Amino acid sequence: MNAFIALVRKDLVLYFSNRRSVIMAIVAPILIAAFFGSLFGKDNAPANIPVGVTDLDKSELSAKIVAALRADTVLAISETTEADGAAQVKAGKLRAAIVLPADFGAKAGRALFGGNDKPEITLRFDPSQNMALPMVRGLLAQHVMENVSQSVFSGQVPVMAELREQALKNEFIAPERRQELAAMFDSIAKVTQPASGAGSGAGSAAGSASTGTFSVPFTTRELEASSKPDVKYNSYAHSFAGMGVQFILLMGVDMAIGLLTMRRLGLWKRLRAAPLSRTKLLGSRIASTALIALIVFAVIYAVAVAAFGVRIEGSVIGFVAVLIAFALLTASFGLLVAALGKTSEATRGLAILATLLLVMLGGAWVPSFIFPAWLQTISLFVPTRWAIDGLDAMTWRGLPLDAAVLPVGVMLAFTAVFALLAVWRFEWEE
Amino acid sequence: MRDVMLDVKGLRKAYGTRTAVADVSLHVGAGEVLGLLGPNGAGKSTTVGMISGLTAPDAGSVTVGGATLAADAFAFKRRIGLVPQDLALFEDLPALANIELFGALYDLPKTALKKRAMEVLDMVGLADRAKDKPATFSGGMKRRLNIACALVHDPDVLLLDEPTAGVDPQSRNAIFDNLEALKRAGKALVYTTHYMEEAERLADRIVIIDHGRVVASGTQAELYRRLPAAQTLQLDIDDALDAAVLDGVPNLKAIKREPGRITLGLDDLARDTPAVLQALAARGVIVRHITSGRANLEDMFLALTGRQLRDSTETTT
Repeated sequence: MNAFIALVRKDLVLYFSNRRSVIMAIVAPILIAAFFGSLFGKDNAPANIPVGVTDLDKSELSAKIVAALRADTVLAISETTEADGAAQVKAGKLRAAIVLPADFGAKAGRALFGGNDKPEITLRFDPSQNMALPMVRGLLAQHVMENVSQSVFSGQVPVMAELREQALKNEFIAPERRQELAAMFDSIAKVTQPASGAGSGAGSAAGSASTGTFSVPFTTRELEASSKPDVKYNSYAHSFAGMGVQFILLMGVDMAIGLLTMRRLGLWKRLRAAPLSRTKLLGSRIASTALIALIVFAVIYAVAVAAFGVRIEGSVIGFVAVLIAFALLTASFGLLVAALGKTSEATRGLAILATLLLVMLGGAWVPSFIFPAWLQTISLFVPTRWAIDGLDAMTWRGLPLDAAVLPVGVMLAFTAVFALLAVWRFEWEE
Repeated sequence: MRDVMLDVKGLRKAYGTRTAVADVSLHVGAGEVLGLLGPNGAGKSTTVGMISGLTAPDAGSVTVGGATLAADAFAFKRRIGLVPQDLALFEDLPALANIELFGALYDLPKTALKKRAMEVLDMVGLADRAKDKPATFSGGMKRRLNIACALVHDPDVLLLDEPTAGVDPQSRNAIFDNLEALKRAGKALVYTTHYMEEAERLADRIVIIDHGRVVASGTQAELYRRLPAAQTLQLDIDDALDAAVLDGVPNLKAIKREPGRITLGLDDLARDTPAVLQALAARGVIVRHITSGRANLEDMFLALTGRQLRDSTETTT
């Protein structure tokens, strides 16, 4: 038993003597748990989902709906033309674009009571962010119902008077019944008049004259943003981009650990004894890491194309440029990890945590619109986000070469910053 | 006098307030082996690091065949081969690929590199294992491959830092044979070791460093002359010895007493031993066993650096 206790004690002492590992084992799960808890907690609703609105009706009612949508903190509304809204959804700048058709105000009031001539709202959405669609759809229905019913019952639109007249003239209804209906409409008008500002949503629906119930006063035509009208969104394109970015960054960490191991084994010293400049020593490391990243990503996409139907619908040159920029980014990230790390054991945990944070903030795990607003702002400064956006743009979004310029530029800028920091912090002498 | 191949003058290196190397000068000629000795933390590795260009000295100069590190580091490094104490091998690359890689670092032309790589593999006795990975090698084979990697670019000066650490006697002898062949080929070798018998066998001259300074240098014969006695006489006796017993014995340089044994330092065994034995016999001391020997490098080393344990505080390079 003494031997058993001694062995257990030895393991405990060795484990807890490595403070960095212990801190990592505790800090990493706390950070990640806190991150996800904050995202999915009930007190933290999604914010600033970018949505475009096109108001073709220009009526008082449609203006109120646009204003209500604009006032909703979950949405970040921008008014666009229909074509611009569609283009921005396709480019991934908007999660959805709503088009309120002409005559919406006139038709919606009648449709509230079950009319067949419902106005059709066009809702274009980004299929890679499909978690946003139900939210946008629900908020749209809420604000339309609130404003349509409020307009109808406050007499702002003549629907109630029209229905009263129709009921009185309907020969299929008994005369005494017609009088009762007329009295009912008069009562509604009387009751709603002083409270004209109060809205009533779908939950307050009562029987309608023609069908006996209220109905949603519009239909929606949901259009998926895709590269071409006949091309359906392939969710594998986005998931391969996200997971490729994650695991190639982890490969970059492995390369960094390899360099630290070379230091420990004396191999780095041996290389430095050769007539090689620092540029050649570190540059070769960047080149090899970038090449490996490029080859790995190419193979990943080859499998995605061959087995999962992923297609490069956009610019092939842009796609290659994004891959090259990300490969260089991976290499410089790895070099930075190697420059800042002391030992391979201590560095591995920290580097993996940093990678996971980069990937999470980049939106590879969960779409960034469910982040709090401040985190969404931060995510703009996360290079992985640009990598994923760039790959999405060149694959399923089918965007042209110029859509790759910004992601490539941002990644190359990060590459330069990482490389400069790495060279600055790199310890040449052991 | 051999042509000086490696000339080191006034090397200094400090890390903060701690001086690792205070003032080290040495030289090695073509076809000469210099043994660089010193206790842990004495400054050997820092010195080797500065000679090989791994560590920038605070002061001093290093010249190899006219090329100075400060003036042209690349030309300088091409003339130096470093065999580090650690096994600087890529375990998952075949032996030949390891050598070719290190040769490529010195810009050897491809054809010449292939030929040279096989030559050095053959020299260290690993030609038949060219395609095998070092991960499958014994410790001795890895050490030999480590040397081969340093030789591939045919350097004028070879710096060997504990090149036989952890190898069996057969491998050690094989390495010695290799080094002696290199010496015959006119290479200048700096051999750092803790094994005194290795330095005794290989080194033409020895430099002993302690506390960052050269405390002794010269040929082995020159160093031994600095000892109080060049030879020893060890006598196993029955009883404790009264110190006065040996009073009057001429040329007695040192006496070391242990229970049942005395060790005497003498200048000349043949001349002085009879007088010692006569003195003991005259006092009735019975001698059970006699062993004679000469002072060795370890005696010299301990005499110069002391017997106190050293905990290494040297920053290795």
